[in-house]
Amino acid sequence: MTDIRSRPAGLTKWVVTLPPGLFLVVFFLLPTLIVVLAGFRETGEFGGLAPIDGLAGLTLDAYRFLLGDVIYLEIFARSFFVAGLTTLICILLAYPLAWLIARSPKKRRDLLVLLVILPFASNFLVRIYAWIMILGPASLLYTPFAVIVGLVYTHLPFMLLPLYTNLEKHDPALLEAAQDLGAGAWTRFWRVTFPLSLPGIFSGSALVFIPVLGMFAVPELLGGTGDILIGNLIKEQFLDNRDWPLGSALSILLTACVLLLAALAAWAARRGLHGTEAVS
Amino acid sequence: MALLEIRNVTRRFGALEAVKDVSLAIEAGEFFTLLGPSGCGKTTILRMIAGFDAPDEGEILLDGVSLAGVPPERRPLHTVFQSYALFPHMTVAGNIAFPLEMAKESAPAIRRRVAETLALVHLEDKAASFPHQLSGGQKQRVALARGLVNKPRLLLLDEPLGALDAKLRVEMQIELIALQREVGITFVFVTHSQQEALALSHRIAVMKDGRVEQLDEPDRLYTQPANRFVADFIGKINLLEVEVTASSKVLLGLHAPGLGEIAATDPRPIAVGERGVFALRPELIRVHGHKESADLKNRFEGRVRELLYLGDVTLYKVELANGVPVEALMPNAAPGRAKFHEVGDAVWICWRHDAGVFLRD
Repeated sequence: MTDIRSRPAGLTKWVVTLPPGLFLVVFFLLPTLIVVLAGFRETGEFGGLAPIDGLAGLTLDAYRFLLGDVIYLEIFARSFFVAGLTTLICILLAYPLAWLIARSPKKRRDLLVLLVILPFASNFLVRIYAWIMILGPASLLYTPFAVIVGLVYTHLPFMLLPLYTNLEKHDPALLEAAQDLGAGAWTRFWRVTFPLSLPGIFSGSALVFIPVLGMFAVPELLGGTGDILIGNLIKEQFLDNRDWPLGSALSILLTACVLLLAALAAWAARRGLHGTEAVS
Repeated sequence: MALLEIRNVTRRFGALEAVKDVSLAIEAGEFFTLLGPSGCGKTTILRMIAGFDAPDEGEILLDGVSLAGVPPERRPLHTVFQSYALFPHMTVAGNIAFPLEMAKESAPAIRRRVAETLALVHLEDKAASFPHQLSGGQKQRVALARGLVNKPRLLLLDEPLGALDAKLRVEMQIELIALQREVGITFVFVTHSQQEALALSHRIAVMKDGRVEQLDEPDRLYTQPANRFVADFIGKINLLEVEVTASSKVLLGLHAPGLGEIAATDPRPIAVGERGVFALRPELIRVHGHKESADLKNRFEGRVRELLYLGDVTLYKVELANGVPVEALMPNAAPGRAKFHEVGDAVWICWRHDAGVFLRD
């Protein structure tokens, strides 16, 4: 009995999962392993990587150098601060907008969401150059402010869409019930709407915080010399200094930090948000 | 003075008049029901009492004071919503504590009241559960507890039993009656189920197209319907087209075309020649196999066309000589005998002269 049923199901499972699995192995797992390995190798005579010489060729030099210089720690700290600030501003800007779209008549919602996505139709760099034109005359170009503006501008839709998807599903009867039971507008928001929207805030934050952490184009084009982030640092090691082991070590460290944060967020979401699965 | 008074209230949505000049007075401690088909305006009235909607004309008074301009959060009444609308991110205790927190009660008072109310609805062991972990009946009880916990003047219930299955619904009806008696809070109940309305209410307002068709106690509504709509909407009924042929102080002579004379009683002054329907409940009709045993005043010959064996009762559809179908309900009280007549049997039906009601057109 079970054989008859499970055999075709097992086959289907393989047919469906094998192509994407292969893709991930070739284009994600192997490159990641190469980067991990590169972090433990030595720089070649003309940059890049030195020829490998068995296990003896592996070294912790890159990590030793990285952790030995406080400047790298500072750039890491600043990157986290900038990513955090960008996320926070995105939440503050996207929340009212997402709420407004979710509350507008059903027919108009799709149009409004389309307007939010529309900027993606033009090239990312073109949009950043547009900001150079806007910020330049105002003497704000090449400042931390310009970097934040650019980062918020490019990442706002990633906050808005998950928030909207969440808010749109809220049952209006819950707000009526809260009002009926004596809650004013402010209380209704903080006691009902906000806690129920936390899953949306979390997924939006992940979609903003993590890419911003690795972003290099925006700080490079809009920021001054003091505004570089981890992304710029990594790019510099690979393309300018040709110190691949250091670049790889930085990448691995960044990846480890992001994974740790993601795990922490997932744990917090599971602990603090019982019951919200009913709406999210 | 009535606890809640609805005075000449009209509510329009565009061209549609959802509520037309409705006046009602609901007394303290009453279990009052608004009954009607969907779209009759009963939910609109409930929403206007709660404050989520406002009348275009007329006013609503609580303890003689107009509620106009008072927002829902400031009205001393609560609603139990059809979907329950429990807060999914709060526990059962959190949900029930919510109105007390809104009223700025002290923490010990809140704990005590929540515990008392949980006991009232028999959910002591579910205090820490989240709504999605509860069954339909339990959610229903949490919604009731949340509405009752800070003792509102009035509890509005919007089809609260609609989402439950039939057996659970009957259980909840019994609980609801007991609960209302226990807490003594006035209930205003909205439903489209006439059975529910009859079972629960002290008084029922039957609504149709935004108007109150009849406001009465359940048994009076059932035995003395005011018009054809109420008669037809509440329970099963036979409606025979008739014309008044004789009328004295209490006795009424009716002529049903093709059928013959019907003797009835009616204390109202009714003129000879008036037309209308004669309304007769199926359980008041007796079906006999022999003419001699059909010994009541109104007696007609017919043939059993269909029968529905329902266990406790059997419903006979009898076609009379003039082709008019009449439904009769016979209790299966005699043991070992499921039914008395078969399809195709010639039968005699009869009823007492005071069994039916004449309804003017």
